[in-house]
Amino acid sequence: MMGSAMPKRKPPTQLTLVHAEELAKKQREISVSEFFAKNRHLLGFDNPRKALLTCVKEAVDNSLDACEEARILPEVRVTLRLLPGTEDRYVVAVEDNGPGIVREQIPRVFGKLLYGSKFHRLRMSRGQQGIGIAAAGMYSLLTTGKPMKIWSRTGEKKPAHYVELQIETSTNEPNLIRKEEVAWEKVHGTKVEIEIVGKYQKGRLSVDEYLEQTAIANPHATFVYVNPEGDKREFRRAVEEFPREPKEIKPHPYGVELGVFMKMLQDTKARTLSGFLQSDFSRVSSSVAAEICRVAAVSADMKPSKVAAGDAEKVHKAIPTVKIMNPPTDVLSPIGEANLLKGLHQQVQAEFYTAVTRPPSVYRGNPFAVEVALAYGVKDWPPDDLVRVLRFANRVPLLYQAGSCAITEAILDTKWKNYGVSQSKGALPAAPMAIALHFASVWVPFTSESKEAVAHYDAIIKEMKLAIQEAGRRVYAYVRRRQRDARQLERRSLFERYIEEVADACALLTKVDRQDLMKRLQAMAEQATKLHEREAAKEEKNDNGDEVLKGTTTLVVPENAQPAQLELKPAAQKA
Amino acid sequence: MARAGTLDRETATKLTKLADHVVGQIRKKQNPGIDIPIRALSNVRFDPKKRMIEMGQEKQARTFFNASMARKFMQTLLLASAVKKELLASGKTTSIRDLYYMTKHTVQGTDENTFEEQDESDPIIEDLEVAVDALREELHLFASNKGAMVGDMTIVDQGDTIDLRRMGSGGWSIPSIVEPNLIQFKKVDAKFVLLVEKDAMWRRLNEDKFWQKHHCVLLHGQGQPPRGVRRLCSRMVNELKLPLYVFVDNDPWGYYIYSVVKQGSINLAYESQRMAVPSARFVGLSSFDKDKFKLPSNVTIKLNDEDTNRAKQLLNYEWFQSKPWQAEIRNMLRQGVKLELEALSKKDISFATDEYLPKKLKDKEWLD
Repeated sequence: MMGSAMPKRKPPTQLTLVHAEELAKKQREISVSEFFAKNRHLLGFDNPRKALLTCVKEAVDNSLDACEEARILPEVRVTLRLLPGTEDRYVVAVEDNGPGIVREQIPRVFGKLLYGSKFHRLRMSRGQQGIGIAAAGMYSLLTTGKPMKIWSRTGEKKPAHYVELQIETSTNEPNLIRKEEVAWEKVHGTKVEIEIVGKYQKGRLSVDEYLEQTAIANPHATFVYVNPEGDKREFRRAVEEFPREPKEIKPHPYGVELGVFMKMLQDTKARTLSGFLQSDFSRVSSSVAAEICRVAAVSADMKPSKVAAGDAEKVHKAIPTVKIMNPPTDVLSPIGEANLLKGLHQQVQAEFYTAVTRPPSVYRGNPFAVEVALAYGVKDWPPDDLVRVLRFANRVPLLYQAGSCAITEAILDTKWKNYGVSQSKGALPAAPMAIALHFASVWVPFTSESKEAVAHYDAIIKEMKLAIQEAGRRVYAYVRRRQRDARQLERRSLFERYIEEVADACALLTKVDRQDLMKRLQAMAEQATKLHEREAAKEEKNDNGDEVLKGTTTLVVPENAQPAQLELKPAAQKA
Repeated sequence: MARAGTLDRETATKLTKLADHVVGQIRKKQNPGIDIPIRALSNVRFDPKKRMIEMGQEKQARTFFNASMARKFMQTLLLASAVKKELLASGKTTSIRDLYYMTKHTVQGTDENTFEEQDESDPIIEDLEVAVDALREELHLFASNKGAMVGDMTIVDQGDTIDLRRMGSGGWSIPSIVEPNLIQFKKVDAKFVLLVEKDAMWRRLNEDKFWQKHHCVLLHGQGQPPRGVRRLCSRMVNELKLPLYVFVDNDPWGYYIYSVVKQGSINLAYESQRMAVPSARFVGLSSFDKDKFKLPSNVTIKLNDEDTNRAKQLLNYEWFQSKPWQAEIRNMLRQGVKLELEALSKKDISFATDEYLPKKLKDKEWLD
């Protein structure tokens, strides 16, 4: 984490490397907490509104991660409370049904920044996205001086622990102010309460939006949300199954940066350079390791910690010239087409849904997968509005910096007119449509430290566009089918709607059984419509709309579906 | 009344036949249709001997199972049934506007009406007339009164004696049905009939008592004269042996009004027999009148594109092929201007009454 928060390095010449090493040493001496205090804008606490969102986000991410690790279907309750008599003091409470935390671990989980670094191993996880719940505690301390309050219980036979802690900004050590055993109705789970200076505002970039989107990308979780006005909303889980557990992999040589590479050389347990390459990276066999060393002209038997900076750079430079197998891609845990579709369907009311999960691919040695879910014909859509884009990275919604995100670029770059959707030059398409794009990877390349936009790698944009295009084709197939159905319905109803009038008139004019006449006319109307349909089918024989949709993860909501069937999002109610 | 009763029975039978035909087709699993004579230029014929426009034999089947005809098919039957049930059965007569309201309702299960506007039902009534070969009055329908009449004559209108010499400034309003069972001519001192295009000129002539001085009947039809006015003219010409003179604007529309009065219209060609007055004469305004009567040049109006196009169409009509007519129309096109009746007032307010018409009639300067 620290690495990415540090100032960008100059190109690695030997001279600057020495500087960097010293700099790193020096930085280790500065407490991370102090660093935070000075750089809180980098971590999502730029302003009171965003700070409120970041606190919720960190706590919810923690809860979801904890539940999933323990294989418990998450139920997360988020409550925002404005302290009476104040205008900007909020208490953020996030409570989960997770496994709980043993008391000894509580200070380390909540009180220490960057606890449990995942640096040397890669795994698709939410954690990559923030600096952790401790940062929220830090922000609380800085703005209100109040400690974090934590309740946690690990099981029926275990007592619940209540802890108040705050971080010592000079030492980066958690400081327990209070600890006691308390009565708590939850059998297992954790609750954290943080008091901060914040600002609550509905609409875009709000906590509400964040939770809505989190529910879409985590259809296995239930969220209960009470906003500061006391309105309660429940986002029910749409599926009862766990996401596949993502696997950890070692970094692939193609993706490793020089600084990291050098640090790995220092930290490795391997005894030779060759052994280090084989054991600390994925897809490096002994022959690949030998080839790298040969190209770099560095001895394969050298002790890693003794490899000089210059040699390390040579090895690092040699890596891209050697052909190395792609990393395994089965380590990811995409949401999956069916579940993503259910998640979107649960939160967005529309006529048509489809989802596409692309097979995993690789950028710079990192496996990644792109998924797109699309809802078309969204209810109550303001006319001419541009599509709503929902961006996700490793199941976490990205709300800020849409303009500089690869996801936005991929959508802008898609030629929507090919799919019957209007699009002005350089703008998002205009249609009653929501597009959710999920980028899943063992390492999400963010454009900046604030981690709110995916970086523009060609391999990534290409995959995103392929997924969007497939979804776009399906939308087009649906739109065409709907138009065709409408035409057929109109033709049929044209005749059928006048049958009664015609039969009535005939019955008045001449002696005839009105019912019999109607029956005969009905039969003829069906025949006539079929004839029309056959002709229409001939016209549309080149239209393979139905073929496009066949076998895809697609849901078409029947036009006359009862509101009860569709009203999956419960209306807001007073808590 | 016995006669009317018989007629009504005949009309009812015609309507029943229409429905029988439709039901028969349905039983045979054929697309049910109503054959409607085409009321367009393509299906009218000018009979040079009778000097009348007559309807040809071409018919169009208005079928139900045809997306563009289904609605009109339904409307035709709906009107037919309403005429039979509401009018013929009760012996009452109503306006075409009334019939529109009587038959207008929401089609069950839709938000669509059987008729949205009266403009939609009026042409269907005309279709029905030709389809079952029954006149409008035989269907117990009339249009609103249009046009007025004064003159040296007494008539009886539904039993009331009306002296057309004592009608004040407004005249007798001409009903749309003027058949002999409703309107009878009594004391007739008139020597001719003068049909004026417009109400304004008619008022001038009435105020100046033109009809008294020249012993005539004076009537107008508010532009294109409706059926009632045309039928009345035809009856006066045929029954009273009076000549008919037509006095209209000098523009293509005035020419056409004259031609409709004289030989019938394309749209109502089936009525020509009853309404056309082949002997009608055109007394003006003529495109040569401006020079002849030395009208000031500022009374003319430039022909617009629509006028010019219409005039060129008229040049091609069979019934405008006589030399004097070709000269008349070509002269108008050459000058590029039109003249309205009111232009005569520019010389003197009663110029038409005192000089123009007397001179035209005396010199027999008219077009035939």
